[in-house]
This record gives sequence, structure tokens and C-alpha cells, in this order.
Amino acid sequence: MSGLRTVWTVLRKDLLLERRSFELLPAMALLALGTMIVLRFALDQDAVVGDLAAGALLVPLLFAALLGVSRLFAGEERDGGIEQFLLSPAPPGALLGAKVVGLALVLLALEVVLVPAFALLLFGEPLFPVLREVLLVLFLLDLTLATIGGLVAGMAIGARSRELIVPILVVPLAIPALIAAQAALAPVLEPGAEALAWRWPGVLAIYAVVLALVGSVVGEYLVED
Amino acid sequence: MTVRGLRPLTLLTVLLLAVGYGLAFFWAPLDADQGFRQKIFYLHVPLGIVALIGFVVGGYHGLRHLRGGKPGSDLRSYVAIHMAQIFAVAVLITGAIWGRTAWGKWWSWDEPFLVSFLIVFLLYCCYQPLRLSIDDPRRQARAASVFAVVAGAFVPINFAVVRMANQYLHPRTLTNSTDGSMPGSVAITFLVCLVAIAVLYATLVRYELLSKSTTFRLRALERQAGGDDLIPRRSAVPQA
Repeated sequence: MSGLRTVWTVLRKDLLLERRSFELLPAMALLALGTMIVLRFALDQDAVVGDLAAGALLVPLLFAALLGVSRLFAGEERDGGIEQFLLSPAPPGALLGAKVVGLALVLLALEVVLVPAFALLLFGEPLFPVLREVLLVLFLLDLTLATIGGLVAGMAIGARSRELIVPILVVPLAIPALIAAQAALAPVLEPGAEALAWRWPGVLAIYAVVLALVGSVVGEYLVED
Repeated sequence: MTVRGLRPLTLLTVLLLAVGYGLAFFWAPLDADQGFRQKIFYLHVPLGIVALIGFVVGGYHGLRHLRGGKPGSDLRSYVAIHMAQIFAVAVLITGAIWGRTAWGKWWSWDEPFLVSFLIVFLLYCCYQPLRLSIDDPRRQARAASVFAVVAGAFVPINFAVVRMANQYLHPRTLTNSTDGSMPGSVAITFLVCLVAIAVLYATLVRYELLSKSTTFRLRALERQAGGDDLIPRRSAVPQA
């Protein structure tokens, strides 16, 4: 079975399971919304712009992503799916690839809830004029977080305290991506938005590509006997 | 791993450290702005550079372990990272002391080297907990090697991003003269100190490798003798 076909098969299985159970995406959305509410009171401002707005959008996304990462291999580990996958002729790295793509799709789906909620609850300016720039940065950030999440979840397969290990590994690895996303979004979310500084989306894209390349080299070793 | 070669290496380390820091204190000129307190530059910056190289070396050995599957490479990766962590603690402490004497505060978020280092240190603090959380030694070694490779690639990217995001509010000691380069005596002293710290790192790595391999041999002998060490203990240290 070719790698891409395996990725598609595992991805379809994961998306079908999520559609039927519908537990991960609502949990992530609720956590993100809850975090936004906490931020509203922590910042003590009815509406935020600029740096604070960028932070208020990124922090809930990070927390929701942590939830998604810690659940990434939960089904396989519970049902012995990894051992069964290894018995098949599919390339081991394809499982990790499918998980990265799946997490990216879940994070993108989360934006459907997160971005309107941010515009309604926290952002002090109309979001629509800068929506394209915001979505572009969030898209790149989602890809980066998904790649980090896939690698970290792969490292934590078989770990006794996965729920402890995953967040402490994801957050430092995500810091450069969050810095780049913050620097890209802050001027865009100012009143009288400035044009998007393209070097920051470029940094995000480069980081995602580097992580994907490293993952393609070492990922297969994470899914082994 | 044997004791052979360690004694001359240790003597060379002591000699280089004595020469390097002798030059720093008695030959290199006092900084016009910061005076004597700038001398910590000869310790802080070489420690930082060597620690970062140590992390990348850990990633290199991690990749070798993944490719070749030899437990020795995992042990080298572990020791390289462990020693770099110790150096990183020294970097953060000396950086804080320098910040306190130069700017009057222990920490500055405007100093990209310190901030980057803190992030890298935070990431590598997870190395031992990751190892400790996985019981199966083979799986532990594989996950730790993947971590070492990913984190090794992360180090330069993190430094580039933090540097880009900073406003450079503070003057850089490395570029304290008008044409942006160090005076000759400062540059020579700095290079000798850098070599001395690099050799110190290599020596300490070899000592730790020797210590670990001796411990493994001792445990193997205990098991052969039927001692009470038959059950392997939970450990973050590679079980060669």
C-alpha cells in the first residue's frame, strides 16, 4: 500500500470516527471560548486591538491545539491499533502523516468557531476588512502546530504520563511559530490596519516546512514495535 | 570507553582555562562602557555557544542512533544533551549576573540571546521527563533520539525568530567599537576562552560517558553474580 493511500485511509477513518463521536472538536471549541472569556476578564477590557488582540486570538488556539495533540493517538493506543497497523504492509511513517493532516483539518475547522467568536466577543474593530490576512496567518499557524503536534504525540506513544509530557513539549516548540504569528497579526489588528508584513508568514511557512522535513526523516521511527 | 586519553585531555583543559581566563583578567583591556563587569562576557558567551553546539551534537548522535540502532549513539546523545543542559544553566546564571551589573535588572526581555536561550532551555528540560515516562528502553531511546533531532533543528530557528522579533534596545558587546568588530586583544582572548570552554565540554562529556559505561558494566557483573539488582530500575539514562 503506498504512503499517500495509507495516509488517506487513516485520515478518512479518523474523520469518520470524529464525525460519529463528535467529541474532540466541540471540546476544543469550548476550551477556546472559555479561554477567551478568561482573557476578557484577565485583560479587563471590553474590546482589544493590536498586540492584545493578536494574543487573545492565539492563546485560545494554542490551548485548543494542546487538547487535540494529547488525543491524537488515543484511539490507536486504547484499541491496540498501532500494533495492528504495524502488521499491515503500510509504511509506518504514513500513520504519523495522517495524524498531522487530521490535526491540521481539525484546527482549521476550529477556526470556523474561533474567528467569529473573537470578532464578536473581543475584537474592538470590524474584522471583515482584515479577514483574509488573519485567515492566512492562522492557516500557516495551524499547519505548524499540527506538524509539531504530530511529532510530539508520536514521541509520547507508550508514555505513561502522556497528558503531562505533551503540553510541556508542544509549548516550547510552538513559541517561534506563536512569535511569528503574533508579529504578523498585531499590526493587522490595529485600528487603521497596516498591511501584512510578509516576512512573518514567510517565517511560519519556513518553520512548518523544516518541521515537516525533519518529521519525514525521523517520523517513521516513532511508529515501530 | 576507557580512561586512556582522559588524563592528557584533562591537563589540556586546565591549561587552556588558565591561559584563557589569565588573558581575560590580565591582558584584555577593560571595556570603555562597562568596565570590569564586562569580563563575564568571556565566560557567558563561550558557555552559550558551546551549550548550543552540544544540543546540536546531541541531535546528530540521536540521528545516528535512529539510522544505525546502536545503543552507544543514544548514550552519546544523552550525555551530549545532559552536559549542554548544565552549561545552559550556567549561561542563564551568568547572563542574569551580567544583566544585573550592566542594566540593573536580573532579566531583560529585550536581549534576544537570553530569551532564545531560555526557550531552548525550557524545551530541553523536557528531555529527561520524556525518557522517564517511557518504560520500554528501546522505545525510550527512539523517542529520545527523535526529540534530540527535532530539538536540534529547532535551536537555530528559534534564535533567528527571537532575534527578528526584538528591537535591539541594548548595545551589543560583540560590536562595541565603531566599525562593529572587537579589538584584536579582545578577539584573541575570546577565541582562547571559547576553545577552553569547548575542550572543557568535551572532557566532561568523556568523563560522563566513562562513568555511565562503568556503571553498566558493574550492573552486568552484579546480575551475573545474582545480586539484588536483577530488576532494572526506572531511569532516564539509556540502558546500554
